[in-house]
Amino acid sequence: MRARVLVRPKEGVLDPQGRAVHEALVKLGFPVAGARIGRLVELELELETSNSASAREEVERMCEQLLANPLIEAYEIELAK
Amino acid sequence: MSARPRIAIPVFPGSNDEHDAAWALRALGADALLVRHDEPELPPVGAVVLPGGFSYGDYLRCGAIARFSPVMAAVIEFARRGGPVLGICNGFQILCETGLLPGALAPNADLSFVCRDVHVEVTSTTSPFTSRCRAGQRLRLPVKHGAGRFVADGALLERLEAEDRIVLRYEAGDNPNGSSGDVAGILSDGRNVMGLMPHPEHAVDPLLGSADGSYLLASLVDAVCQRTLIAAA
Repeated sequence: MRARVLVRPKEGVLDPQGRAVHEALVKLGFPVAGARIGRLVELELELETSNSASAREEVERMCEQLLANPLIEAYEIELAK
Repeated sequence: MSARPRIAIPVFPGSNDEHDAAWALRALGADALLVRHDEPELPPVGAVVLPGGFSYGDYLRCGAIARFSPVMAAVIEFARRGGPVLGICNGFQILCETGLLPGALAPNADLSFVCRDVHVEVTSTTSPFTSRCRAGQRLRLPVKHGAGRFVADGALLERLEAEDRIVLRYEAGDNPNGSSGDVAGILSDGRNVMGLMPHPEHAVDPLLGSADGSYLLASLVDAVCQRTLIAAA
């Protein structure tokens, strides 16, 4: 089973990368009101179960322990067979 | 016979300030012991200094992977027993990732790597790291980091202030990274763990532009001597 984890700065946390990219897009003339930059983690899971609820729980634990810093980052999990 | 106070400096793949830290601590009368990241135990020491650098390439987030090194389990245990732990720059980032210190260190507000001297104010002298300082003392220390913006929400910042746990603040107009409340260094709730972004170990000799870092590191050496005396009594 595969999982994609999208980690990004929480709402309200300054994202200087997003701000710089936003400003650059505006300078290029694109109609952009804001940009936030995060990171994408693609995981190939080795699970004994194919139960997606327990897979999601496992990936949530990965996010809480390592993949995201819950103080400043939010994450979303997508599972695919 | 009085032995020199012993201080451990864990070294991670990518650390690069461990030798400066060891040199500075030795110049101030301590025995500095470099300890590999994969050592599950610390030698008998009175304090730990986590050095600056780019542990594990700063992959994922600064300090996020170093936190799981075998030596960090020993450092966390040492801190929980009240042992003084000082984290400098990457060391500060590691301490925040472990949860020994609150808050997080995010990329600098202006995205540029900053490398210059800053002036900080000592805002608390009741700690093993600032006992040699005067309240309000101004220190000139170098910073060199890309992710030194201390992020704390309003409630945390208020708590840190109320509990006198903000030890160093950048002087007004001299905040190099956009940190909340101009915070440059903080203490744990037990006051035995401190993290700071500036580098006291690069400022212990006037030849290097400033010797102000000695105030902090010599305070720590004093604290180790006192702990040793208490333990021996």
